[in-house]
Amino acid sequence: MNHDQARYGDDDRYEPLLSEKGTETVDPGEESPLPDELTRDGLELPTSSEPELSRHYTRLSQMNWSVETGPYPLGSCTMKYNPSFTEDVAADPNGAVHPERSDETIQGTLELLAGLQDYLARIGGMDAVTLQPPAGAAGEFTGIHVAKAYHESRNDDRSEVIVPASAHGTNFASAAMAGYDVVELPSGEDGRVDLEALEAAVSEETAALMLTNPNTVGLFERDIVEIAELVHDAGGLLYYDGANLNALLGRARPGDMGFDVMHYNVHKTFATPHGGGGPGAGPVGVREELAEFLPRPRVREHEGSYELYDPERSIGKVHGHQGNWLVLVKAYAYIARLGDSGLEDASAKAVLNANYLAEQLDYEIPYGPFHHEFAATAGDRDAADVAKRMLDYGVHPPTTKWPEFVPEAMLTEPTEAENKDSLDDLAAAFNGAMGDSDAELDASPSKTTARRIDQATAARNPRLSWHELDEE
Amino acid sequence: MTDAGRHERDDGTPYAPHTPAETAAMLDAVGVDSEAELFDVPSEVRFEDDLGIDARGERELRAELSSMLARNDDLTEFLGRDHHTHYVPSVVDDLSQRAEFLTSYTQYQPEITQGFLQALFEYQSLIAELTGLPVANCSMYDAASGLGEAARLAGRVRSVSGTRVLVPEVLHENKRAVLRNYVDGTDLTVATYPMTDGTVDVDALSGLADEETALVYAENPTVRGTIEEGLSEVGAIADEAGALFCLGTDTVALGLLEEPASVGADVVVGEADALGLPTAYGMGLGLFATRESFLRQVPGRLVGAAEDEGGKRTYTLTLQTREQHIRKERATSNICTNQAWVALRTAMHLAWLGPDGLADLANQCVREAAALADRLDGLRGVAAPVHDRHHFREFQIRTDQPARAIAGDLESDGFAVHVVDDHRLQVCVTDVNAARTDALVDAFEEAI
Repeated sequence: MNHDQARYGDDDRYEPLLSEKGTETVDPGEESPLPDELTRDGLELPTSSEPELSRHYTRLSQMNWSVETGPYPLGSCTMKYNPSFTEDVAADPNGAVHPERSDETIQGTLELLAGLQDYLARIGGMDAVTLQPPAGAAGEFTGIHVAKAYHESRNDDRSEVIVPASAHGTNFASAAMAGYDVVELPSGEDGRVDLEALEAAVSEETAALMLTNPNTVGLFERDIVEIAELVHDAGGLLYYDGANLNALLGRARPGDMGFDVMHYNVHKTFATPHGGGGPGAGPVGVREELAEFLPRPRVREHEGSYELYDPERSIGKVHGHQGNWLVLVKAYAYIARLGDSGLEDASAKAVLNANYLAEQLDYEIPYGPFHHEFAATAGDRDAADVAKRMLDYGVHPPTTKWPEFVPEAMLTEPTEAENKDSLDDLAAAFNGAMGDSDAELDASPSKTTARRIDQATAARNPRLSWHELDEE
Repeated sequence: MTDAGRHERDDGTPYAPHTPAETAAMLDAVGVDSEAELFDVPSEVRFEDDLGIDARGERELRAELSSMLARNDDLTEFLGRDHHTHYVPSVVDDLSQRAEFLTSYTQYQPEITQGFLQALFEYQSLIAELTGLPVANCSMYDAASGLGEAARLAGRVRSVSGTRVLVPEVLHENKRAVLRNYVDGTDLTVATYPMTDGTVDVDALSGLADEETALVYAENPTVRGTIEEGLSEVGAIADEAGALFCLGTDTVALGLLEEPASVGADVVVGEADALGLPTAYGMGLGLFATRESFLRQVPGRLVGAAEDEGGKRTYTLTLQTREQHIRKERATSNICTNQAWVALRTAMHLAWLGPDGLADLANQCVREAAALADRLDGLRGVAAPVHDRHHFREFQIRTDQPARAIAGDLESDGFAVHVVDDHRLQVCVTDVNAARTDALVDAFEEAI
């Protein structure tokens, strides 16, 4: 089977830069009504025509892997299929309104947002939801600030947030940004939270424990009820990182497990496209007691119409306006398309796919039973090299070398979007790469647009714009 | 579910491709009778109830959402204040919606994602050109988060010993509120300096900026649309105080107004989404650019040029040791998912405009605002612009009649404008609503 990715260009590069296709310098002040001292002197920009631009970007797109190109089993990223119709819904011109319109003139927008808040509250088992955070990490930042405001409202000064070693890097960074000392909790022998270690870590300084469930190797924290008790008894709050919610839709809800605050990653769980790195959205759900601290404004239904209002003790704003509208619309459409049975089935198929794929692999998988994702280990091979080799088998490799407590980890999340044949192909890529010689691994990838890229040199000598390229 | 033909299943997700036979074969291979057996969830936290969300077919759902959004009034918006809209050419929609771009993610495997990496490298290059600053990142969420990150950067760099962030009196209240959350948890504090007639009061700022100052923030244009006239002095004041100078702006204004680097800006933040994104209820793209010396303190993703084994020029994410997935609680920021797809669109729009197109568009923003202000000023009981300054896109209007009542009348006539206070309105005019200014002036005259 031929897996060659498209490749354009010449001996020096794969596709010329816009700047190499021609630029021109103009003086914007020349024809300006503004006095000369208020305008810039020169402006040099590319001058490609629309047909040329069209070809440029089409070629670039062909040199880019995507969910619609093939399997994309990046662990903890939930690269599922993004339904086409949600794009049409988001493009509805009636939804293209300015954020400072009066409430009465945007009843449709507010109704949709209120509806999405309600859906998310049901799915998470939460009492109140804000849609403002523009990404998962922004959701963490929001949730931790809500927790902080809650403690402060009780004159309860707390300085620490506990984060398991297996957590996403954002958890550590978000807690630190809010001014907390981060207490790292080592993973237990079974890959889950070690209750004794947690007991030793919680104290009257504990503002919150941030937890992903199932965790980053797909394991459900079986002791979640005890964990919640431990944290709550110490006066702390339990924070749910929603990155792995795709494992549990309709089967278990963070609110029922004792979580007080959570964020949802709608670009993962609710199928909004990842856009090459974003935009996403990271709505935050909370228990009733915390609702008054959520960012302002919130949306509610009042006497048959919808309105914005500011919660009493709001933490203020986490986005300049109301977050990533286009993403939220798509999430609403996805949830409504699937409904109860579809959501439950999405998780069921995601978990089945992970388990079926794991069954086909000649790799050790140190922890289980896992749900929607698992961490295989490349053993004495370098996981990064195995991943590069997998590219030559026509698939995107999993997340590599993370989480760190699994040696040479290959964190794999196939999502529900793959069928049996494509999982078999994926397994063949895993197993084929593992069986190939060191020389073959070193020589890979050869079927991608670019050959192996020297990232170390690039970092030592950063060239971050076309102005910094050598002109030869 | 109502859409027929989905593999003969009447429930479940339409976006999992499994036929019943495949599912059975897979369950068999795993050694279980049903998916439910694969869930290792203790019974006390299992959810046995219904979520209560009805599934709808695609056709039915599109009709439902279309009629929901049709409940929005169809108004011609003369609205700005930190969310600006310009005509976005179809080619931007068409190309950016290619699934290879839209459905990809962060470029952890650069060899197979050269396309998006190059597009982001081009975006960084365009922003570097516009700002005059060599280091532009792949994106922040929006202008407000960019300002928050700029303040935190000032708090980290060794050359700055102060802890006070000075922001202008005239600033969008939302931006101020976001900044407050970004500095909460650091030793930074936020203080306000005064403005005179809508622009920086340079003398007052000079008196306030001292060794305690970490960052001086100014905007060009301001949230009231005024164009700053003393930015070089602001830059010098910040420099003198040992503080950084952060300038807030947008991608269209950058095509005409003074180049940030030339007035001494150390960091530039703002709305890059002024190009590339249609009105989207405030969804944005945070521009972030800075000097070479702060490279290792930059938040967010950076794309750099690299060589591959064949010796060809390629692109890769670089300097990742700044980021949360490696540096955890010591990262420069918690940002992971960003606004990359909007950056792609902004780069496309900028390239489509070219230097003449961008300069023309920016000059139109000055001309249209001046022309509209002039016409409104001719109405009885109306003074515009309120500030005796040059304006970009928007300006404030003083009205003898109650502003709220005028805005209400305008709304009934199909126009949306900002109410600033009891006797002040603000309007914003760009290429998208310029053709409606005659109608707005007529409605205004009617309303007073």
